[in-house]
Amino acid sequence: MRRSYFPYITLAACMVFFYLPLAVVVVGSFNNSRFGGAWRGFTWKYYEQLLNDREIWSSLQNTIVIALASTAACMVLGTLAAFALHRYRSRLQFFHNTLVYIPLVVPEILMGISLLLFFVAHSITLGMGTIFIGHVTFSLSYVAMTVLGRLQDFDFTLMDAARDLGASSFEAARKVMLPLLMPGILAGGLLAFTLSMDDFVVTFFVSGTGSKTLPIYIYSSIKHGSPTKINALSTILLAVTFVGALASRFVKNYSDQRILDKETM
Amino acid sequence: MNGSKRARLREWLLSLPSLAWLIVFLLVPTLMMFAIAFRPADIYGGIGQGWPWETLFNMANPNYPAIIWRTIWLSVVATAICLAISVPVGYCLARINPRWRQWIMLLVVVPFWTNFLIRVFAWKSILATGGSFRATLVWLGFIGEDQPLLYTSGAILLVMVYTHLPFAILPLYAAAEKFDFSLLEAARDLGSNSLGAMYRIFIPGISRGLVTAGIMVLVPCLGSYVIPDLVGGASSEMIGNKIAQYVYTERNLPRASALSAILTVVVVALLLAFLIWRRRRDENRDTPESSGQEGIFS
Repeated sequence: MRRSYFPYITLAACMVFFYLPLAVVVVGSFNNSRFGGAWRGFTWKYYEQLLNDREIWSSLQNTIVIALASTAACMVLGTLAAFALHRYRSRLQFFHNTLVYIPLVVPEILMGISLLLFFVAHSITLGMGTIFIGHVTFSLSYVAMTVLGRLQDFDFTLMDAARDLGASSFEAARKVMLPLLMPGILAGGLLAFTLSMDDFVVTFFVSGTGSKTLPIYIYSSIKHGSPTKINALSTILLAVTFVGALASRFVKNYSDQRILDKETM
Repeated sequence: MNGSKRARLREWLLSLPSLAWLIVFLLVPTLMMFAIAFRPADIYGGIGQGWPWETLFNMANPNYPAIIWRTIWLSVVATAICLAISVPVGYCLARINPRWRQWIMLLVVVPFWTNFLIRVFAWKSILATGGSFRATLVWLGFIGEDQPLLYTSGAILLVMVYTHLPFAILPLYAAAEKFDFSLLEAARDLGSNSLGAMYRIFIPGISRGLVTAGIMVLVPCLGSYVIPDLVGGASSEMIGNKIAQYVYTERNLPRASALSAILTVVVVALLLAFLIWRRRRDENRDTPESSGQEGIFS
């Protein structure tokens, strides 16, 4: 049978399309030329400029504080939501489920603008607090969905076994269920953390003028500032993303292997 | 009786934290957005008193229909291009050696995880005047000496496809993976050529993934703000730009909410149509593909 090479060529072209622009950014970050374009020799100077830029460090700090706080809040709220959604099939849960789904499917700008209107109408000062609220609102659903997926594989007879062996229902939940669900909760938390670190649109609407996060800083530098520094910052963030993706791949391979080993034992 | 009351109470206690959060910070703000669309603006950039229909009538201003129309066609074309690229890519990923596949999947996912602003910025610097990409195009004679690449609808389209392509590839790969490829060989044995077999057997076989991928790309494209703002120009504004402009430059929140309300209606209509389509399709099947509780995009 003759196989068409067309899909493979598309895949290869697609990879070039994905990575060529990123390569341009990386090369540009080492190019000693003010406006990009032709190669004018190697330089580290944009990275040095980054190190000395105090605004970057303070925005990075804001980003991390908000990401940690909103992740913690989402892990609690999202896990409780997943339990309720998994356990009950009522009209209340249908409503609950719909509300949890909305942030996953609606464009971010709608969430940003409606939260802004809400804060303005209630005369709430925009700042770190409102950014936190915005981030919890969109990340909660991702944690809830991740934990829900995990709950669907959970064997509830384990809970009955714990109860039969004398545990109270609280103890059974804490000592049996929570440890088994922890990987799901942590995976959801990791997702919430990444989403919070990366978010621009919602933050842009609810941050006001005082508090900057890293994406807000990147945006205003792209718009008004020096693009060369953004090349360097982008290269660092790309490296972090790549290492993170590789690490998660190895962790997954490793844990899959462990599960296989246990099953064959 | 008492037991069911206690169960009810437990359900409420378990649901209350997330339910309350989402009602206060998601449902109420959305409803307010629809209400404020009917309010006048005050001179301080806040929300005025009274309920004139003025803001909504202003929507008929010839400027808006053009922007709404542009938003829709740019998003639809970007979605079509994404699907056209993703079908062969999904096919390929499903057929490739699994050893290779996990690394290629990783390469697909990394751009998806990379900060959105950085991906837009990369194209902005490529398309800028003085860049070597532009110089090459001019040299090859594709574009004129002083024809701009940046700040055009074409630039928006290109960057929309670039940033949303992984959203289309992932569901199409998932659909292609479940597809029974021996059907394609059967079609060829029965005399169909390979393109005909692709079109008549493979495409209908992955229709669910195709529609999911379409929605996954179309909905965020409709709400685009960053892309038209950074690579689009004054003559290629989209709804998202206009909303931000009313918030930050003109300080007219009622107008911003009226436009957002229109966008919400469009998005909700699309999602409902998608859900109804999917339910009909599953009902018409003898063997349901999946059962039990499922997500919108599962």
